[in-house]
Amino acid sequence: MWVDLIVTVIKVLVVSTVLLTGVPIMVWVERRGSAMIQDRLGPNRVGPMGLLQPVVDAVKLMTKEDLTPEGVTGTNRFLYLLAPAIALVVAVSTFIVVPFGYDPGLELFGHAIGGFVVAPDLDLGILYLFAVGSLGVYALVLAGWGSNNKYSLLGGIRASAQMISYELAMVISVVGVLMVTGSFSLDDVVLHQAGTWFGFIPKWNVIPQLIGAITFMVAVFAETNRLPFDMVEAEAELVVGYHTEYSSMRFASFFMAEYINMITASSLIVVLFFGGWTLPGIATPGGWLGALATIGIFAAKVAFFLWFFVWVRWTLPRFRFDQLMALGWKWMIPLAVLNFLWVGVAMALGYL
Amino acid sequence: MVTYVFLVAAAMAIVFALVAIMHRSPVVNVLALIMVFLALAVIYAVLGMDFLAAIQIIVYSGAVLVLFLFVIMLLNIRKVERFGSGRPLQAFLGAAASIGVGMGVILAARQLAPSFGEVIEGAEKGTAIPLGKALLTTHLFAFELISVVLMASLIGAWVLARKEDS
Repeated sequence: MWVDLIVTVIKVLVVSTVLLTGVPIMVWVERRGSAMIQDRLGPNRVGPMGLLQPVVDAVKLMTKEDLTPEGVTGTNRFLYLLAPAIALVVAVSTFIVVPFGYDPGLELFGHAIGGFVVAPDLDLGILYLFAVGSLGVYALVLAGWGSNNKYSLLGGIRASAQMISYELAMVISVVGVLMVTGSFSLDDVVLHQAGTWFGFIPKWNVIPQLIGAITFMVAVFAETNRLPFDMVEAEAELVVGYHTEYSSMRFASFFMAEYINMITASSLIVVLFFGGWTLPGIATPGGWLGALATIGIFAAKVAFFLWFFVWVRWTLPRFRFDQLMALGWKWMIPLAVLNFLWVGVAMALGYL
Repeated sequence: MVTYVFLVAAAMAIVFALVAIMHRSPVVNVLALIMVFLALAVIYAVLGMDFLAAIQIIVYSGAVLVLFLFVIMLLNIRKVERFGSGRPLQAFLGAAASIGVGMGVILAARQLAPSFGEVIEGAEKGTAIPLGKALLTTHLFAFELISVVLMASLIGAWVLARKEDS
């Protein structure tokens, strides 16, 4: 009982530390990466290669004055203060069902660690993630409503429309993976992808379900409000949308939530479609060293997709809002349904 | 344990349901409704239907109520008028009718459903499998009928929202 609790606390501490450390690193990657793509230098003054720039940014944000706009009183003030809290809570609590390594039955203090995932006994797995993640939209909507600012309000309205449209495509594209696996648990999803076809093609879901992987990635970009789908912020039209009025650490909460969501989204892409911690050849190694190797493989894959997020952001221009809606409803949802039909037919014929 | 969790969740559901109909800010109404649905999800989870709990949150809290908020924000409704303004007869009839319907539902539920905590013989607990089997075998007709109703309401909404072509 107590050992269970200690093991879980250690996992929570490690995972949340990694997530929160991931944020400044990603900010640095984003700024240097954008500079590289645009043929500039980027922040390179503080520390080696500018690596300490995020630290300076954090100090700046923490010492800034925390302003509440005029006219934000009563209920609106409550909503205004609640919104950044929701953003951060949702962002941090979605990661607990993501398996980040292979556990060959390791023990800590003579007690099984129960897999490299914070909540191993949650059968709901991905459903929990979607349930909690779907509450994240309230942070944007309430921030937009509570700010008493027309740009914020427009950002909030866009957020609600966009999130619902792309949530459909996202959930439908996952159905194919769940059908093949026959379980909601992400651990089972990864284990199902271990091994190879014909000895060299990895059994990753992306190969039979390429359409599903593409629709899922597009939907995830829209759900995390990253360019080319950052209609919610849209600096050129809405100042910065829902968080226009926020300053200091409340602004930082939204900022951190965005980057943590990116990390969770990349992990989901890796787990669902790119084989999680498996590589062809090393599927289920034993011992602590093997476990660390699988964690390393997982981290490398996630890092690639995080870079992919940055790469896309500084390569593609922003969509127009009607184009965004047309893409979501007329292309992404039908394509996701097509993927799920194909998986059903392939399973019925015995191919998958 | 189960009973205490149920009692807390049920109390929360009732309190937030009252907030949902009585507060004057429409956004707070919707937020209170979200809390009601979250409390309902807790009750489902306590009863062993964690799949239903997750679906409850994904569909209602995560999607339907976002649409409510979308409409409120699009129309920019900042305040709702206090109810009970000048129509006492209608208010009385409405309250009487809702109490009557509520009593009917409670009585019917007491007749049909087992009492709380009693396990139905042969019922499987847990995730999607028993629910999916029941929906696609025993209740197939009702399940398909509901999809027809949804289709009809979709077409109805489209007809209402369509602009007349001259």
